[in-house]
Amino acid sequence: MPRLIECLRRGAAVIVAAGLAAVPMAHAQEGPEALVKRVSEDVIVTIKADPQVQAGNQARIREVMETRLAPNFDFVRMTALAMGRNWRAATPEQQQRLTDEFRTLLVRTYSGALTKYRDEVIEYKPLRAAPGDTDVTVRTAVLKPGGAPIQIDYSMGKSAAGWKAYDVIVGGVSLVTNYRDEFNEQIRNGGVDGLIKVLADKNKGATAK
Amino acid sequence: MIRGAAAALRALAVIATAVLAGCAAAPSRDDPFEPMNRAMFEVHEVVDKTVMKPLIDVYTAVVPKLVRTGVSNFFNNIDDLFSGVNALLQGKPDKAGNDFGRVMLNTFVMGGIFDLASDIGIERGGEDFGQTFGVWGFPQGPYLFVPVFGPTTIRDGTGVIVRIAVGPVGYIPDVPARNILYGIGAVDIRAQAADAIGIAETAALDKYRFIRNAYLQRRQYLVYDGKPPPDKEEE
Repeated sequence: MPRLIECLRRGAAVIVAAGLAAVPMAHAQEGPEALVKRVSEDVIVTIKADPQVQAGNQARIREVMETRLAPNFDFVRMTALAMGRNWRAATPEQQQRLTDEFRTLLVRTYSGALTKYRDEVIEYKPLRAAPGDTDVTVRTAVLKPGGAPIQIDYSMGKSAAGWKAYDVIVGGVSLVTNYRDEFNEQIRNGGVDGLIKVLADKNKGATAK
Repeated sequence: MIRGAAAALRALAVIATAVLAGCAAAPSRDDPFEPMNRAMFEVHEVVDKTVMKPLIDVYTAVVPKLVRTGVSNFFNNIDDLFSGVNALLQGKPDKAGNDFGRVMLNTFVMGGIFDLASDIGIERGGEDFGQTFGVWGFPQGPYLFVPVFGPTTIRDGTGVIVRIAVGPVGYIPDVPARNILYGIGAVDIRAQAADAIGIAETAALDKYRFIRNAYLQRRQYLVYDGKPPPDKEEE
């Protein structure tokens, strides 16, 4: 009997996952709040239903991130913001490499955070924005049983490709602001190429582990 | 003449860039003692890896989750009392009422071991003396890294000292009992921070700097109750 239930549960998970995979196309013009909610719930359902994720398979977790979460981030804008003034001083090739390496680092960090995910519930705060806004902050809170709620806000911008996040603010700590100082320091020490090297080494060191 | 002017302009541009970069980048004016702090940070990392981390691993492995949550709740309940006091000191009576309500409910029900108030939707206030000093307009002062304790500033550190001085753990006459309580409190805090520390480990290019920036951003956010003045540099 438990085996039957397990089998049904897995079957249901597969159906849900397949359904969700088909969803993104249909929602190109959805609002930022709806987007954050849909993507968050999608990722949560996926990681809860996936036995490999539950077993801590890093490659599989990263795959979930790449296919479901990453497309909703504007990594070029995130990198440009984290670079601040140094962004314009970088050549297009350097900008490309920076974006690639930063993206890898962010996806890896987020994957690490996701493996800690147990049975938290996400609360979505009502959006305070006018209908014509192209730049909004979507506010959420992660409620942990027996812990203080963690505020997670997403800065979102609207472009031709729809809404995309360009910053994540966890408990008041902006990811982009935090990296801006780190990037500045690396550029002061070794120029833009120095920063690229530090990022690449960090990413390589992690995959070698 | 023109060359001189151009050179002067260039020099000005370099200074302006440096100043602006400094502004955007949690300037070193926040951390004038960086060399000392970094040394303390190295000490902390060693102590943390050799003592605290193994202790936490044993604690989380041996003590059941339910009991660990009870320990957290017990200490949180005391913090909530002081959150209420600080909300009053900051002129937020509504928030203070919220905190005192939490403490009464949680203490009355099970001596603070269960957090019933959160279950029925009364959120924790999270105020402390460091934030109160911030609201009163005291500058945060230099950043400090204290081994085992972690990141702080002169303002926040003063808040912690005030908090310890007013108790209640300090008023327990039995010294071993008091020290055990302090010890459990420290283990509880470190255990709760374990996930965040793991994330900083993956994310940071320079862990010292990453933690400093995150800490200062976080405290600024708390002093302004989640609405800090904008400090964003667009593209």
